[in-house]
Amino acid sequence: MKHLRSIDELGHDGVVRLLELTTHMVEINSRPVPKVPALRGRTVASLFFEDSTRTRLSFETAAKRLSADTMTFSVSTSSVNKGESLRDTVETITDMGVDAFVVRHKSTGIPWQISDWTDACVVNAGDGWHQHPTQALVDCFTVRQALGRDRFDGLTLTIVGDIKHSRVARSNISAFSMLGANVVLVAPPTLLPPDVSHWPVEVSHRLDEVLHRTDILYMLRLQSERMSQGHVPNLREYAEAFGLDARRVGMLPSGAVLMHPGPMNRGVEMLIDPSTLTNSLIHQQVSNGVSVRMAVLFDLLAGESSASHLSQEAS
Amino acid sequence: MTRPAEVSAVGRVVLKDGTIVDSRGEQRLDVAMENGVVKEVGVALRGDRMVDARGCFVAPGFVDLHAHLREPGKEEAETIETGSRAGAKGGYTALVAMPNTDPPQDSVAVIDFVREQGKRAGLLEVVPSGCITLGRQGEALAPLAELAAAGVRLFTDDGSGVQNELLMRRAMEYARGLGVTLAQHCEVTSLTKGAVMNECQCCTSLGLPGWPSIAEELMVFRDIELARLTGARVHFLHLSTARSVELVRAAKRDGLPITAEVTPHHLSLDDTRLTSFDTVFKVNPPLRSLGDIAALRAGVRDGTIDALATDHAPHPRRDKELSLDQAPPGMLGLETALGVALGVLDVDLVHLVRIMSTQPAAIAGISDRHGRDIEVGVPANVVVFDPDVSWTVSPDSLASKSRNTPYVGMTLRGKVRHTFFDGVATVLDGDAQR
Repeated sequence: MKHLRSIDELGHDGVVRLLELTTHMVEINSRPVPKVPALRGRTVASLFFEDSTRTRLSFETAAKRLSADTMTFSVSTSSVNKGESLRDTVETITDMGVDAFVVRHKSTGIPWQISDWTDACVVNAGDGWHQHPTQALVDCFTVRQALGRDRFDGLTLTIVGDIKHSRVARSNISAFSMLGANVVLVAPPTLLPPDVSHWPVEVSHRLDEVLHRTDILYMLRLQSERMSQGHVPNLREYAEAFGLDARRVGMLPSGAVLMHPGPMNRGVEMLIDPSTLTNSLIHQQVSNGVSVRMAVLFDLLAGESSASHLSQEAS
Repeated sequence: MTRPAEVSAVGRVVLKDGTIVDSRGEQRLDVAMENGVVKEVGVALRGDRMVDARGCFVAPGFVDLHAHLREPGKEEAETIETGSRAGAKGGYTALVAMPNTDPPQDSVAVIDFVREQGKRAGLLEVVPSGCITLGRQGEALAPLAELAAAGVRLFTDDGSGVQNELLMRRAMEYARGLGVTLAQHCEVTSLTKGAVMNECQCCTSLGLPGWPSIAEELMVFRDIELARLTGARVHFLHLSTARSVELVRAAKRDGLPITAEVTPHHLSLDDTRLTSFDTVFKVNPPLRSLGDIAALRAGVRDGTIDALATDHAPHPRRDKELSLDQAPPGMLGLETALGVALGVLDVDLVHLVRIMSTQPAAIAGISDRHGRDIEVGVPANVVVFDPDVSWTVSPDSLASKSRNTPYVGMTLRGKVRHTFFDGVATVLDGDAQR
């Protein structure tokens, strides 16, 4: 693997390989000193052109636990504000010697453009509404861990909310389908992309009709700016139709789990405190973030020897 | 045969052993040109300079209704001289210069400047179009009568369409009185805010804001009905959707004074190109579906579409290196138009000359000197092309100042060999002469 830019590029085998590798990383993270020298001498540069808390911090933590050096690029203090082009920025950092770029940008396709301008590996940490592959890996790993199964055949993943503007949804639709899950999208038509007929999904506009057959309920964040664009009339109406409250939690089959990529909009899509629910995986999603990103960086940067190499170092 | 440098000199130039193709069909005759006009057409002609046209077709020079020459204002992308050279290499003897310059072509001073720069370059006729509204702002009419008196025959706010219905109605009424044509860039912008590509399955998967077909079709419909109401002559720029073609077909059936153009890229490239994330494929209107492409080709075949127009839109490298949503739309077209058209259009050469020369010349109001059948006495604006030669598009061989061609590395069949503007060779054996 040279880059991690989308789940489709990664493919089924790549997804499985990274999920297996994550298991090793979870073990490392459980040690008293969760640090290995696997990527000593490697440099990982974070290029975050968009705000992020958990993704940026989990990538940086992951790099440090593998002993890589990190370089953080912050748009507000960089030459981008002096009109430097993205290409010049990438080439400048490449010249300093980096092995991987971790990139988040509000525009679709930026990781592909960057990989034309550098020899370093490119990891997509979210591009526009397009892809967020490490979040999908985190979510698949979290479900695997919680349900104790490698394949998701027979499971139904229901993704609720603003699918149209969600890179998390796009990556998860691919990843969960690859592992065998049925995917149901629930949203008003205004929050769905224009034509999903080629996606391996079922579409519903009524949450109450699909809850009873949902095994994994995935709530998406609704950004308040969607109101001004006419996607939904107001938050109250959205919450009424698509928000998760106690009544709807009660409609889920026993054993169903709840997920959310964060940050949550309490009172909008989340009308109940998820920490009161025994079947919420939201905290595991965050804690697995570091392990998954360690697996990704290790897979990209450690070379051929891969997992066996890791076991040696870990022992 | 003489060497290229000698041909430009004054004297009697004979195009030897070619086949004339124009509205009358094909004729294997030599063409003699002298003092800027066609002097003689016949067999085994002699002259001071003989130019080989064996295996080639000799046609009236191409006329592009839609070229962004970027001067004044964005000379980093193109100048009138470099754009003219690109045009000459593409077989053009006249280019209609789009008015979205800086300052825009909404005053006689700017119109005169553009025309004079064209004359200075001397490679073809640069025909300035004028803005419909002041500053292309869509708020008040530009001085259409003044501009018409300065020779402008085609008016457009290209780059954007006139959104306000009342203003467009007034523009049409006023234009009818002046006998000029209004050319519309059809895009209802409230439906295309932030749009990057066609609204389709690809845009769904790529998570890019879509540019729906209906944003074009609504304005096509509106302007057809306004033309019906006002009697104004309306030309539709770069139509891109199947339904637009249908609307124009019906309007023509009703006898309305409507004309329409399509671009080589909308006839040849589909929306899935954007999956490469290469900003060279971002264009406005966007590349559409295969179904749209088929409908556009059918529209050309049955005469619904009057003209092939390039929408040549040069951009400097650094602008096209922005993200897909930030990069400006547009691609080069002048030097590849013929090869692309020959590859994708199922029409004979007589029809091709009609849509690349005769009809665009009529729409631009320059039929007295361009798009004329090759007969004695007409201005010697002539292209000589070989429809069978294959060539691979290499950005470095382009005469344009920019490099944003979507056809890089593709092999096209059909190439311009010589171009004559007012009887002077601007291109010989594929090389620009100045």
